[in-house]
Amino acid sequence: MEAEHVEAQWLTEECEFSLHELVELSGSSVEELRELVEYGAITPVNPESSQWVFPGQCLPTIRAACRLRVSFDLEPHGVALVISLLDRIHDLEAQMGSLRAQLPRRAR
Amino acid sequence: MKYKDYYAILGVQRNASSEEIKKAYRKLAHKYHPDVSKDPAGEEKFKEIAEAYETLKSPEKRAAYDQLGTHPSGQDFQPPPDWGKQFGDGQFSFEGADLADLFAGLAAGRHRPGRQTGQFRMPGQDYEVTAHISLKEAYRGTEVELNLTVPEHDEEGFFRRVPRAFKVRIPKGATNGQRLRLPGRGGKGFHGGRDGDMYLNIVVHPHSLFRVNGHDLYFDLPLAPWEAVLGATVEVPTLGGPVQLKVPPNARAGQQLRLAKRGLPRPHGAEGDLYAIVQIVVPAATSERERELFRELAQGSTFNPRGRLQEELNSGS
Repeated sequence: MEAEHVEAQWLTEECEFSLHELVELSGSSVEELRELVEYGAITPVNPESSQWVFPGQCLPTIRAACRLRVSFDLEPHGVALVISLLDRIHDLEAQMGSLRAQLPRRAR
Repeated sequence: MKYKDYYAILGVQRNASSEEIKKAYRKLAHKYHPDVSKDPAGEEKFKEIAEAYETLKSPEKRAAYDQLGTHPSGQDFQPPPDWGKQFGDGQFSFEGADLADLFAGLAAGRHRPGRQTGQFRMPGQDYEVTAHISLKEAYRGTEVELNLTVPEHDEEGFFRRVPRAFKVRIPKGATNGQRLRLPGRGGKGFHGGRDGDMYLNIVVHPHSLFRVNGHDLYFDLPLAPWEAVLGATVEVPTLGGPVQLKVPPNARAGQQLRLAKRGLPRPHGAEGDLYAIVQIVVPAATSERERELFRELAQGSTFNPRGRLQEELNSGS
């Protein structure tokens, strides 16, 4: 089987998506994404603008939101709540990882 | 086609009510949903659970599933004659299909993309994959080969599981938990629908020496007591090769010495840093000569490492 070569794109703040790009890439509707913004689950880099732009790391969050909505039959507010709690867990895990990395291992 | 016991997967009786099926699914989804579960096998388990629920929640699909009869899980079986006609448009293909594909085909029966006149566009499926790489591969960039079994539509719109191999270049700059998008490398779209994307979740394997914190790295730097007091220049490993590290005099245990830009590269911007964490190590075995020197030091030094304890003892008495 011939393997295909693929170039990759980092989903970090350097890569940005418009609202409509996110709609296309995530399968969510404009309305669903507006609700996620309204409930604070995702934040555009320019919240005051009429043409929202989102940092790349929003895309995995929105895709997770989509999966959670479908799998658990959640309403938008429930999805936003789960996403906020998952974000907090990720932040805490990152802090724990950071502390663990700085903790010396037992000297041999 | 291999039989799957959807009732057993959800842990319910065959005569369970739709409410019981929904409850069983929700309970299992809480436990295994990949977005909320820490179980490494959760994703695979959730796929099974979701597949079972997808069929059993719909009265039409559940009736069609029940008509397939009861077989041991994993056993090859053939649907009864006329099953396709009874539950769909009869245009089923059982060869090489998975049970999930059969029911997806049932749902798509009325508007199977290959059978339409092209009025509705259907985007390809996105693939979500975890790529495991070593710390050195994250540092240098790497190419990983991914072998996936993915559902695809054939010309007639039937679902098929097909093996596909991808060589994916992971540019340097990856770290744990970072996401990569590979545009257009998911399933093929239909009738002008865009191709799906592939999403990679990067997992960096723990390294025997370096501990990863974002793009910064940490390692323990053992020093002899005299090196810590007098300072020293020591050779230390980095991912880019060995370097000479100058340890200033009077280094304390736990102190972090920063080696700027010797950590992991970032995708867009400066490299992370490497930190050496000082550990002061006492020799396990000492010679008589060494002990003599320590005795001399003990006699000649006014250093009291327990000043705080002494204060506490004095105030308490």
